[in-house]
Amino acid sequence: MDTPAVDTTAHARETPEASQPYLELGLAEDEYARIREILGRRPTDAELAMYSVMWSEHCSYKSSKRHLAYFGKTTTDEMRAKMLAGIGENAGVVDVGDGWAVTFKVESHNHPSYVEPYQGAATGVGGIVRDILAMGARPLAVADPLRFGPADAPDTRRVLPGVVAGIAGYGNCLGLPNVGGEVVFDESYAGNPLVNALCVGAMRKEDLHLAHASGTGNKIILFGARTGLDGIGGVSVLASDTFSGDETTGGRKKLPSVQVGDPFTEKVLIECCLELFGKRLVVGIQDLGGAGLSCATSELAAAGDGGMRVELDRVPLRAKGMTPAEILSSESQERMCAVVRPSDVDDFMKVCAKWDVIATEIGEVTDGDHLVITWHGETVVDVPPRTVAHQGPVYDRPYARPVTQDAVQADTPDSLPRPSTPDELRDTLLRLVSSPNLASKEWVTQQYDRYVRGNTVLAQPSDSGVIRIDESTGRGVAVSTDCNSRYVFLDPYRGTQLALAEAYRNVATSGAMPLAVTNCLNFGSPKDPGVMWQFERAVHGLADGCAQLGIPVTGGNVSFYNQTGDTAILPTPVVGVLGVIDDVRRSIPTGIGAEAGETLLLLGETRAEFGGSAWAQVVHSHLGGLPPEVDLERERLLAEILVAGSRDGMISAAHDVSEGGLAQTLVEMALIGQCGARILLDPDADPFVQLFSESAGRVVVAVPRSEELRFTEMCTARGLPWRKAGVVDPESGSLEIQGVADFDLGELRQAWEGALPALFEA
Amino acid sequence: MTARIGVITFPGTLDDVDAARAVRYSGAEPVDLWHADADLKGVDAVIVPGGFSYGDYLRCGAIARFAPVMTPVLEAAGKGMPVLGICNGFQILCEAGLLPGALVRNDKLHFVCRDQWLRVENNTTAWTTRYDAGAEILIPLKSGEGGYMADQPTLDTLEGEGRVVVRYVGGNPNGSRNDIAGICSPNGRVVGLMPHPEHAIDALTGPSDDGLGMFYSALDALTAAIAS
Repeated sequence: MDTPAVDTTAHARETPEASQPYLELGLAEDEYARIREILGRRPTDAELAMYSVMWSEHCSYKSSKRHLAYFGKTTTDEMRAKMLAGIGENAGVVDVGDGWAVTFKVESHNHPSYVEPYQGAATGVGGIVRDILAMGARPLAVADPLRFGPADAPDTRRVLPGVVAGIAGYGNCLGLPNVGGEVVFDESYAGNPLVNALCVGAMRKEDLHLAHASGTGNKIILFGARTGLDGIGGVSVLASDTFSGDETTGGRKKLPSVQVGDPFTEKVLIECCLELFGKRLVVGIQDLGGAGLSCATSELAAAGDGGMRVELDRVPLRAKGMTPAEILSSESQERMCAVVRPSDVDDFMKVCAKWDVIATEIGEVTDGDHLVITWHGETVVDVPPRTVAHQGPVYDRPYARPVTQDAVQADTPDSLPRPSTPDELRDTLLRLVSSPNLASKEWVTQQYDRYVRGNTVLAQPSDSGVIRIDESTGRGVAVSTDCNSRYVFLDPYRGTQLALAEAYRNVATSGAMPLAVTNCLNFGSPKDPGVMWQFERAVHGLADGCAQLGIPVTGGNVSFYNQTGDTAILPTPVVGVLGVIDDVRRSIPTGIGAEAGETLLLLGETRAEFGGSAWAQVVHSHLGGLPPEVDLERERLLAEILVAGSRDGMISAAHDVSEGGLAQTLVEMALIGQCGARILLDPDADPFVQLFSESAGRVVVAVPRSEELRFTEMCTARGLPWRKAGVVDPESGSLEIQGVADFDLGELRQAWEGALPALFEA
Repeated sequence: MTARIGVITFPGTLDDVDAARAVRYSGAEPVDLWHADADLKGVDAVIVPGGFSYGDYLRCGAIARFAPVMTPVLEAAGKGMPVLGICNGFQILCEAGLLPGALVRNDKLHFVCRDQWLRVENNTTAWTTRYDAGAEILIPLKSGEGGYMADQPTLDTLEGEGRVVVRYVGGNPNGSRNDIAGICSPNGRVVGLMPHPEHAIDALTGPSDDGLGMFYSALDALTAAIAS
């Protein structure tokens, strides 16, 4: 037998001074010393592999943990009441009523997607879907917040089509509708695109599964794809440091650190898991993602009440001669690990056989307190599992407000030349509408299946995706993700609250009541005190904002080291908000013209706010000053009015006002509804400010004329400022902004829809 | 007793729940059929739904046609049972030889998901009698390999015999020859199309309810058969 010689715990004891490649595996000197201290000896190769991946930034949150604790401190009992599972589980779970529980989470797959856009993005979708599945939920929908370099940069033409095709190739084949997300271009992402993936799933409350290995004698079953050499060191090398160019490793050639996905296997795995859950054959379950078996075994064991023994040589492999360390750190996709009662093993195996899923008993829960892994009878790992999974290093990284921040904020857009004549305003509007960040993203989203499973009520370009979860009652959820990283750069605290406010507002604009928050915090290197300051401010902004709005953060993800050389990306804390709607038939679409005779109302107040605006970017390539003010009490009032309006059938269309201002909102409402309108500006206010300011807390609603008085009286009574913005005119075929210009809808459509195909169509 | 319409699930099938829902909306009873069972459970008609059967490995539909369930489907189709293949189901029916031609990669090489206008060219098949001839209907199209290809004599035959059932209007989305979106067998009992009528059964979740007509049509055909 040609089993490679392996480093056993006995051998480790005998050879304390053997040199080990801990630095190459991403461990620092003191971290290695701590492992030796925990074990009372040097780690074996396999143990070193486990600790190095589990103590990586990606898995251990070692630079962020200290700050993330603030989310716990700011979550009140009232906020916690609706949470069935929170931070620390695979994904947060909230009670949405009628016995339904909904789970959702966003994760980053930034670095793999830069190296290999198609597979990087594809496996990002696969990973987040398994996280949702591991909670016991049926995955319902996905959405992808994406950030790229300038739309016309040569490398964006490599990365974007690959990322989009990867998301489409995996998600479509998996049979999950893609209902939202973002596509944003900025030069700071040129060498570091962001590929975040969100998944939402639902289950009956009693079906919630948590990842833990309890019950001595219960069996550990690995099922799904075979384990190969792909993705080894993905989390410790790729996702936890800046790119350093040459990644040569000694010895045998390894496959690239980016994993390769097989959506067909995942689809079958989903159906197999759901059948296993339905038959109550699973005690605990964990998906295998970053850090593979190292993560699954140590986390399951750490969360249980005993120890665990695993026979690693039983793991089905797809490469010859893999070492225990490689098997433990492989990130091969489409694998799950379940804890099963011995009496259920036969039935478990039958379900797997039905779905042609390979399932192998690899170990059992023991009454000890150690995770012991053997290789052909010899012990290669013998560790306290919590030291691997939960007791990694915690860093108190220095953070400091950058000295340049004052200059950035002092460089306001106030002195930039503004359009004033009707012709100038007209040109500005067309220029903004056709700019890559504001143009229609249909070139991207039409590559995604938004219909599969037949429960998609609203999808992009709506403010949020709305999914029906119960066909008999019409109960559904809405989800939206947002982040304007230009705002966050100017003021990380306020900018993050603006991201929260927009995602919250988007959910309400679709008629749903916001309920819970998730996040994906994409930042530069934590070793840069300026970046850590951005991070600390962003976390505080988000946590304080959530406390003010009364909705909890149920989970999240941190992605550091998003930078090229010394230049970090714009800080990008993507915020996802989930809302619930009693009956999806009352959800509010974006397009106008659904009902005869609608009045357009602008809710909220408009101030001259152009710091970080789309206008400053597109027209002046300017980024300075302060972002718009944020008033979360106002956002909450606005949401309550929108939800009440939708419940009482008073609103026939709505769209939030954000990047590009009122002009962009109106253009989209007209084009999506394929319907014209006449807009009345306030004659006493500057038309440029009215059209292009990005003041937060605003939504344009279309109300049937018969409901206009009732609706505006409700706004007035509750203290929400509003003004009549115009009337919908199905006959006109144009968007007429009185006193400024009359835009033919065909002209607007060409500007809005033509931009991305012109850039990316070969 | 209402008609029973089978919906096949292969590993990788995605739109089976949607097809079953459409059957239910039409008033018929959906019956789950499993790829590994050579058993049609006595159904009156069969739908081969969309998805990526067997991951579309090798070639779309190329593996699914060998599934045990396909043997009785071919037999029943030979005896005139109504069969509808949607998207991947259409590809499978072509691979199985129930329908001529093949589906190839879209001409722009991207997956396309969009609301697509179709013209009903033949309203005499088992699945289209509820439509007026020439009616235009709005149905989602979502596929990466939806380009219909056949050699010229086959196309001539299909056109000559009126076997093009639905045709794309308002622009060809995928490079299909003659703008063909769907075709039928010589007796009009087997229909295959790339767009998804089961996703257009309710304006809440689809662009229209124009797709319901296909399921009502089948129900009419089956009810008439039972009555006679």
